[in-house]
This record gives sequence, structure tokens and C-alpha cells, in this order.
Amino acid sequence: MDALNAFVMLANFVLVPALAYGSQLALGALGITLIFGILRFSHFAHGDVMALGTAVVILTTWGLQSLGVSFGFLPTALLALPVGMAFTIGYLLVADRMVYRFYRTVRAKPMIFVMASLGVMFVTNGLTRILIGPSEQRFADGERFVITAREFRTWTGLEQGLALRSTQLLTLVVALIAMAVLFWFLNRTRSGKSMRAYSDNEDLALLSGINPERVVLITWTIAGILMVLAGTLYGLDKTFRPFTYFQLLLPMFAAAIVGGLGNPLGAIVGAYVVAFSELGITYAWRRFFGFFVPEDWVPAGLMQILPVDYKFAVTFAILVLVLLFRPTGIFKGKVV
Amino acid sequence: MADPVLIGEAMTGGYGGADILHSCTIAVEKGQIAVIVGPNGAGKSTAMKAVFGMLNLRDGHVKLNGKDITALSPQARVARGMGFVPQTNNIFPSLSVEENLEMGAFIRTGDISETMEQIYTLFPILRDKRHQAAGELSGGQRQQVAVGRALMTRPSVLMLDEPTAGVSPIVMDELFDRIIEIARTGISILMVEQNARQALNIADKGYVLVQGANRFTDTGQALLADPDVRRSFLGG
Repeated sequence: MDALNAFVMLANFVLVPALAYGSQLALGALGITLIFGILRFSHFAHGDVMALGTAVVILTTWGLQSLGVSFGFLPTALLALPVGMAFTIGYLLVADRMVYRFYRTVRAKPMIFVMASLGVMFVTNGLTRILIGPSEQRFADGERFVITAREFRTWTGLEQGLALRSTQLLTLVVALIAMAVLFWFLNRTRSGKSMRAYSDNEDLALLSGINPERVVLITWTIAGILMVLAGTLYGLDKTFRPFTYFQLLLPMFAAAIVGGLGNPLGAIVGAYVVAFSELGITYAWRRFFGFFVPEDWVPAGLMQILPVDYKFAVTFAILVLVLLFRPTGIFKGKVV
Repeated sequence: MADPVLIGEAMTGGYGGADILHSCTIAVEKGQIAVIVGPNGAGKSTAMKAVFGMLNLRDGHVKLNGKDITALSPQARVARGMGFVPQTNNIFPSLSVEENLEMGAFIRTGDISETMEQIYTLFPILRDKRHQAAGELSGGQRQQVAVGRALMTRPSVLMLDEPTAGVSPIVMDELFDRIIEIARTGISILMVEQNARQALNIADKGYVLVQGANRFTDTGQALLADPDVRRSFLGG
């Protein structure tokens, strides 16, 4: 019984939150890895464009709410997703037309692209703050819990409770659907295959008659959809704050690099590696051990490897370790 | 004699700067194999790239099936019926063999299964490995994928840039056999080769280039028998 209680507690505080957080990171990292594979640069504006797209979703959600529209037990924000996606795709395409396309035609070095995307990042950052302000916004509505900790305890009779928030379940479901659709698209459709071909060998793709501008268009479209999904799910699950989204850039890039840049499957695995490490290393394991060892064996400390404030240090450490010992990532990715 | 399917006539030009080709002429007739040989730096690959539109010609022109295509881009030439197999990076390594062939047929709109079947008949090993990533295959098998990819557009001319570079002699013989088979189906072959002796052996026509100009032009057998050619390029 103790083992079961310990597991439930771990699931409640680490496994379920990490699974949800990992799924949100995975959606972001997928976009980063696709852009890297096709457009061949690290898209530093990813976090901030995510924030801008989410801001549009939030404003639309408030608009819908003031009109009295709701989505039953699901968050109203889901209804606002298409607006946010359309806006974000449009924004990315305008950025591509105004900034990236020039560097593509002159075949600029990847580093120049990165600097350009850094510029886009700052501009986007400012736009988000003009649009919705720098402070925290809450926009979650609908049913809050699938199962509360109390319900779980009365239902199972266990000492520990396992709460499952509806946003966590929603994140998992939406992420799984998005990933399945993405892999189906990349592996089964002609456009998807032409994207992978272009990522593999640009010159041969051109020779085969694959239109690079079309591939680029599809890539931004997919990245835009994934960004808004990731941003909205993260905002529903936690809260929305432009600065937090900028900070997400690090774990998302870490996920893409750990998995192997340019490899979509790697991005997903990498995202869960990062999420589970962040939560696992900053979790206080004292009570978990308390279930297994006699009371006086339990140490006085929290048995927490690092305080929660240092969760980005965990991501950094993983990133450094991977770059030192396996620069191509878990699955073999590209190296530039 | 019939008009050649493909001819690059009196081509002069280079990659910008000094000319590499000097009034160089390369032609291939229907269903025949033409081979470009010559010492290192003779402009063999450059001559082929010029025919394919990968460098600007200052003078001369290229005709495909009697039509002037000098001004067309390489992509447009593929659409007109030219297939090109580059020397390196000629496959999509992470795509499966079958997907490589599909991408080869990207510009075609109709049903491609028949052409794919022909390629699997020509290269049976590719049928066995069709779901494997092309990058995981051996050097010879990758060359087969590369040739298969170029054949998917059903070209009238297939151009090969050193198809046997870096493969073993046995694989080379095997590839040459396949190339002869392709030519028998009516597709003209134009290739650049380092292995001059073996290549001239299967060639209907051979072009010996020196410093970007035609030095000897004759049938493959005649060139092999020519004492001048033997002494200077084939090592006696």
C-alpha cells in the first residue's frame, strides 16, 4: 500500500505535470526542429511569436466570453484557436517575406539568419506587450478538474490523492492528435515527403522540381499552428505572461537539440526528457522516501537536488551534457 | 545519320571569370551511350553541367530533340526530358528508397507505379530494400537509387556524372551492365567517367576532352584502338 501511495504521490506532483509540460514543450520543439530542418536556422523568435499568437487567442477568448459564448466544460479558448492560428501564420509569413526571404535568396550563413530571427524576436516581444501588456493574464474557464485529489482519495481509499486537471488532460489529448496528424502529413502526403526531401538535400529537391517557396510556406504554416497550440495549452495549464514565453525558448531549444535537430521524433522525446528532468530534479523527494524506509531513516532535508528556481539550470546542464557527449542528439540530427 | 537527341554545340563558357570550355561539342543519339573522358581538370564534368544548364554559356547552344534549350534552367530541362544524376549527394538519405523514387517523379502528375515497377525490374535489390532509408544502403545500391530517381521522370536523355566513383570494380561492372540495359530501352545516355577504359568499352561514342576542348571524337572501340589515345590517356 505504501508503494502505491508513493507512486500516486509521485504521479500527482511529478509524472502528470511533467507529462503535460513535456507535451507543451514538444509542440514548441517540433516547430523549432521543422524550421531548422527546412529553413536551416535556429528560430529564436519562437517563444515570442508563441506569446503573440497566444495573446490573440486570449483577446478573442475575452471577446467570445463577453458575447456570452462558452464551450461547455471545455475552455472557450479552444474556440478562439483558429483566429490565433490564422493571425500567427500570417505574422510568420509577413516576417518571412520582409526578413528571412532576402537572406534565403542571398544564401546567407545560418548565423546571419539567427541574428535576423533575434531581431524579429525583439519586435514581436514589443508587439505582444503593446497588444496585451506585460503582466499575467488568466483566461482558463470551463471545468477545472477531471478528478480532484479529494475525489480520488474517496474513490480509491488511498491516503494520497491524484488530481488530474482538465487542462492537463486537454494538453495530452491535443498534443497527441497534433503529433499524429503531423507525422501522417510528413510521412504519407506528397507535400510532407517533399518537405523531408528538401530538408535532406536541397539541391536535389530543386532538381526534382520541388518548389522551395511552397515548402517554406507549408513549414511556416505548420510551425504557426504548433506554436499557437503550445502557447494556448501552456497558458491554460499555467498562466500567460509574455516573459515566461520568452523563457520557454531555452527548454524548447534544449528539447530539439537533445532529440537531434531536424528530427521530429527526437523533438518529442527530447521535450519529455527535459520536462521530466526539470520536475524530477527540483522535486522534494523526502516524503516519497518516507513511504519506503523507517521514519527515523528519513533525512531532515527536503531531498531536493535543486530548488525550483533553478529549473532552467537543469535544462542548461542537459543541453551542455548532450552537446559534449552526443552533439547530434539522441536521434541523429543535423549539425551546422 | 539521324539528328542527335541531345547536342551541346560549340559550347564556350565557365563559372564566371576565365572560360573553362572552348568551343566544345558533345552529342548523343537515341538509345546510344556517349562517354566523356579525359585527364583531370579537362572540363569533363563542366561540359556535362553546361549541357544541363548549370553554367552560363558565352557562346554555342544546346538542343534537345531539335529544340533550342540554351536559355532554360536545369529544372525546366528536367521537365523537357533530361535526367541528371549528380556525382555526389544524389539521393535523399533519410527518405526510404520508394520515397526517393516518388520524389524523382515529383513533376509528374499521372500514375507513377508503372515506371516504379520498371525501375524495380531493372534494379531488383531496390525492391527488397524499398522501405529502408536510402542513406543506409551500400555505395553501389545508393548509385542505383540515384539512377532510379532520375529515371522516374521518364527522360529521353539520362546524364550521369561519374556514376562509378568510389564503388568496387565488381559493382562498377554491374552498374555498366544496367546502364547498357537502360540504353536498350531507347533512353540516350551521356556520362562522364574516370574509368576511361571500361567506359569506352560500352560507349557508342567517346569524347576525349583536353583543356575544355574536343581532342578526339570517335566510337568507343575506335578510341580504344587508337594508339594516340591509348598512349596519352589509357596508360599504354
